Amino acid sequence: MKPPLFAYQAPKTVDEAIKFLASDADAMVLAGGQSLMPAMNFRVANPSLLVDIQHVEGLKGIAVVDGAIVIKAMTRHRELELDPDVRRANPLIAEIMAHVAHVPIRNRGTVVGSLCHADPSAEMPLLFVLLDGTLIAKGPSGTREIPATQFFQSFLTTTRKQDEIVVEARLPALPAGAGAAFDEVTRRHGDYALVGVGCVVELDGGGRAQRVRLAACGIADRPVRLKAAEAALNGTALASADLDAAVRAAADAVTQSDDMNTSASYRRRVLGGLIRRLVATAAQRAHGGSRQ
Amino acid sequence: MKRAIRPAIPERSDDPRVEVALTVNGQEVRRTVSVRLLLSDFLRHELGLTGTHVGCEHGVCGCCTVHIDGKAGRSCLTLAVQASGCDIRTIEDVAAADGALHPIQQAFKECHALQCGFCTPGMVMNILSRFEESEPLDLSENGIRDMLSGNLCRCTGYINIIAAVRRAAELLGRA
Repeated sequence: MKPPLFAYQAPKTVDEAIKFLASDADAMVLAGGQSLMPAMNFRVANPSLLVDIQHVEGLKGIAVVDGAIVIKAMTRHRELELDPDVRRANPLIAEIMAHVAHVPIRNRGTVVGSLCHADPSAEMPLLFVLLDGTLIAKGPSGTREIPATQFFQSFLTTTRKQDEIVVEARLPALPAGAGAAFDEVTRRHGDYALVGVGCVVELDGGGRAQRVRLAACGIADRPVRLKAAEAALNGTALASADLDAAVRAAADAVTQSDDMNTSASYRRRVLGGLIRRLVATAAQRAHGGSRQ
Repeated sequence: MKRAIRPAIPERSDDPRVEVALTVNGQEVRRTVSVRLLLSDFLRHELGLTGTHVGCEHGVCGCCTVHIDGKAGRSCLTLAVQASGCDIRTIEDVAAADGALHPIQQAFKECHALQCGFCTPGMVMNILSRFEESEPLDLSENGIRDMLSGNLCRCTGYINIIAAVRRAAELLGRA
């Protein structure tokens, strides 16, 4: 399969890139191309103009500043996965990254591109919703900060305006002492998740859970923070009955209907299984009070 | 707006062309190509480097894997114009000039890690890139399976390919 006809521009500055985007309502940003190129080959996407941002100044690299991880638009998945400062600040990132497709795809695909593509089964949107990451979008009317929880609107749809470029994305470091875990169920290794779950647990001095975070991908038209399940776990000792309550509380979050991959009821069962396992793993990794 | 399907024959092609300049296997190459030409087709059709195979053309099978600036990447998910200015290495550059096989190729041969050979160039380029990375390699069975997970083989059942990665690690002093 070959991509359909399009015009191509490779600007050198963000302002120039925004002008090209604003000049054509069917223009799209090309970064690593690992989602956009297959989408074009399949005619899921048919942009009239591709604005290739790989040569744009100032869009490369990762920085860990004041506990925040700043990921520029052209940062490849593999760069973030292997960055030693990022591993220290937030070990969940490397753990989750190992599930994103395969190394040759991660060598080319960008983190911000994956966020903008907004596949509801993808790991990067889940990571940003789980950790309350933010995106910085630049357009003709200036720069704005978008919380990840407001960025993902539905299947392949975000609040990024057509003439905006997400120039960077930010993730916090893991809180000191917190434990985190991620896993997913896929039909084949490297596929999009049927269901994926990320979890962060902090424990108080008595070993009780506080500030539990849970989020899932693959269960709705966007990544979902499982707040009802979090509420069921906060303040508990994470006993089996507490996990049961969390699993019950999370069941309603599955709104994805039966599709060609699997049924909604299977997704619900997988979600419950992953919550049980990952909350326990995250709690084991947490250093709080009596468990220290 | 340009459309993929037009009712009338246009006077000239709507397909914009662009000059690309890149290094392929150490040689500087300059061509004028359609902007929608894939790197895989550029290597095969423009340069005659048909060792890079084209299987699925949507990034799943891994047959078209080449090195882009030293890292394995899918040439079917990369436009030739995106590779302009890059250093590309293909399977044709892996064996020595006198035909002596690279240790990874030698290991594939010794372990009978190929039958039809269609997936082999992509396998070799992917494995080679991992051996050239400074990252520690996980040479357990699971680690090797993970390494190979982006390359489909429909002949061997992978067992001999896993053996070949282990053998290559021995030959390269990485075991």
